[in-house]
Amino acid sequence: MALVLNEEQIMLRDAAKDFLGNRAPVSHHRQLRDNGDEPGFSQELWAEMAEMGWAAIIIPETYGGLDYGCTGLGLVLEETGRTLTPSPLLSTALIGSSALLLSGNDELCQQWLPQIASGEALLSLAFEESSQHRPGTVSTRAEPEGEGYRLNGTKLAVMDGSSADAFIVSARTRSGENPSEGISLFLVPAGTGGLGITTTKLLDNHRSSEIRLDEVLLSRSHLLGPLHGGYPILEQTLDRGRIGMAAEMLGIAQEVFERTMQYLKERKQFGVQIGAFQALQHRAATLFGEIELCKSVVLKALQAIDENSDDTALLASLAKVKCGQTARLATAEGIQMHGGIGMTDEFDIGFFIKRWRSLNQQLGDSRYHLDRFAKLKGY
Amino acid sequence: MSDKQNTFRKEVREWLADNCPEEMRSPMESDKDACWGGRDFTFQSEAQRLWLERMSARGWTAPDWPEAYGGGGLNREQLKTLKQELARINARPALVSFGISMLGPALLKYGNEEQKQEFLPPIVRGEIRWAQGYSEPNAGSDLANLQAPAIDMGDHYLLNGSKIWTSYGDDGDWMFCLVRTDLEAPKHQGISFMLFDMETPGITVRTIKLISGRSPFCEVFFEDVKIPKAQQVGELNKGWSIAKYLLTHEREMISWSGLSKSGSDSLGETAMGVIGGTDGQLDDTILRADIARFEVDEMAFALTIERARDEVKAGVSLGAVASWFKFFGTELNKQRYNLLMDMHGNDALAWTGEASDDGKLARDWLRTKGNSIEGGTSEIQLNIVAKHILGLPG
Repeated sequence: MALVLNEEQIMLRDAAKDFLGNRAPVSHHRQLRDNGDEPGFSQELWAEMAEMGWAAIIIPETYGGLDYGCTGLGLVLEETGRTLTPSPLLSTALIGSSALLLSGNDELCQQWLPQIASGEALLSLAFEESSQHRPGTVSTRAEPEGEGYRLNGTKLAVMDGSSADAFIVSARTRSGENPSEGISLFLVPAGTGGLGITTTKLLDNHRSSEIRLDEVLLSRSHLLGPLHGGYPILEQTLDRGRIGMAAEMLGIAQEVFERTMQYLKERKQFGVQIGAFQALQHRAATLFGEIELCKSVVLKALQAIDENSDDTALLASLAKVKCGQTARLATAEGIQMHGGIGMTDEFDIGFFIKRWRSLNQQLGDSRYHLDRFAKLKGY
Repeated sequence: MSDKQNTFRKEVREWLADNCPEEMRSPMESDKDACWGGRDFTFQSEAQRLWLERMSARGWTAPDWPEAYGGGGLNREQLKTLKQELARINARPALVSFGISMLGPALLKYGNEEQKQEFLPPIVRGEIRWAQGYSEPNAGSDLANLQAPAIDMGDHYLLNGSKIWTSYGDDGDWMFCLVRTDLEAPKHQGISFMLFDMETPGITVRTIKLISGRSPFCEVFFEDVKIPKAQQVGELNKGWSIAKYLLTHEREMISWSGLSKSGSDSLGETAMGVIGGTDGQLDDTILRADIARFEVDEMAFALTIERARDEVKAGVSLGAVASWFKFFGTELNKQRYNLLMDMHGNDALAWTGEASDDGKLARDWLRTKGNSIEGGTSEIQLNIVAKHILGLPG
């Protein structure tokens, strides 16, 4: 597929840009932060987004969705990176929906996807168990109990956990070291007995939860995907999430870059615009190029998901590394080039570096994905 | 795909099957295998000579030039098909030529009818090898500061001064050259573009030995060299436009050098062979991280070239972005050779001997240091991006 957007995709991106610019610019995020509103995003705004179909972008029409594909959702995520608009787009519309779809469990898809598509239901993926990203290391257990399962364990860093209607939980159903054998996925509704939730506010004002499963009893119908064979589904789901996060980081990098270039043309010192200084020009030109690289990588990775390409895992790691490092450079240069004002809470640029840090760390940071990239390339 | 295209592909495939010599169907092993053509060129083999003769007879050494000037007259789709079919059988380029990659496009755009008729067909046939006369001792990054004066003597110009960094100047039959024709005008406005035979009396060529021990560049000195007026291209004193047009071409060419050649091993694979691994992971963990960082950039760059080509097809112009491609591609190539040197340890140090092919790796590594200087330094490319893409002042 050519590395250019088609007309439908351009329309979707422009609509997202318009809507977010009008309804949820960075000031919206600031307001939520200042008011301390739970759950870290606006339910009203989410209802409007769902009205526009954003919750349904990757969901097939048979489950009440639009079937526009992940490329479409990626474009919207890129725009939310520019405006820092918090919403369940990542946790539910991309990651939650993908886990359900990839599991191939028609019954659970029938039950949940139409509600997700309409914006009524929210899902969170609960798979981390330590501060480091190790999706293959799972000590949460699911043991047979009557006709179903009994789950015990603790999950950390659950994105948007406090607002989730259900969790997708990874658990060991067979002991062993090999992640691809013995891990299963379960759908655990939020009200289930034995489920405990503690929520933390993160530096970017998003919410992250610890989920405790204490003798949680589930019927067999809550098993998502094959017994013992959940890990490949988890990995593919995570890859989609990583690519979505890369798209959001691309949006962050572009927005900060544009704001910073504007500042270089306005701010005067020594009687000239500071953008006339070569020491800043070369750094700006280098950053411009890094962002161009990210645009190509993100588009290729999104297309790979939609084409079900064998390279999706490699491209997911490539995108997460490249966009993570570029957004890191863009936000750091954004603060440095703005000087003192860039350090103030009153000024927006600091919001971008906080969100970048949060996205960079979740679902594997640059080191994790550099290592994974090398493994996938055979060295 | 249309029937027309399929017919063309079939025709190309059959013609190549009959006409591409077996020896020309493998990648070039070294620079020595390149066919540069020219008056004094010694063919490496009869196959090389035949391949050039047959390809140029069809105009396929310059496939998209008009047939009237000896080119192939192919449209964009046909050109793509021809390239694909050549790649399919691993065919070597029949001719490597600055005449085709640089002078030709400039003549097609700026030359008059007589000049196109006279100079283009011999380029297609590989009969004349061209050298580029751009830089001077005091005109490197500040190229427009070039001084070599060509004084109007009525029926001819009289050229003095010198050029430097002329690629393969000692093998060039003719030179396309930037000269100063108005000594009073502002520096960008007194430059003209001229062509002349390197055998014209008054021209001396001296090779420059580089840190690699090789001499791919020359200095060229002019002493009262007579240039017929018919050999001046484009408008008098407007040569800077031609120079800029050609530099963009050159930068695009150089920037592709950052990508690994198709079919060759990746750095990671090479390192596994040289250093070895345990459970599929390279034993040197720090080198492994360095290589992964490089390959991430290499892959991102390849995808960006792919995207740029797709955008050009969709009607978006590349413009000043070519400067960024030149910058990034050459920095990438330098990094590739740094890592190759790193991983080969003491073996990388050999300068002579058969085992190292006379120190090929070390010499190639040293040669890459020039990539970010020639064709406009990295710093100049970043200046262009800052000014023309980002709109920064100054």
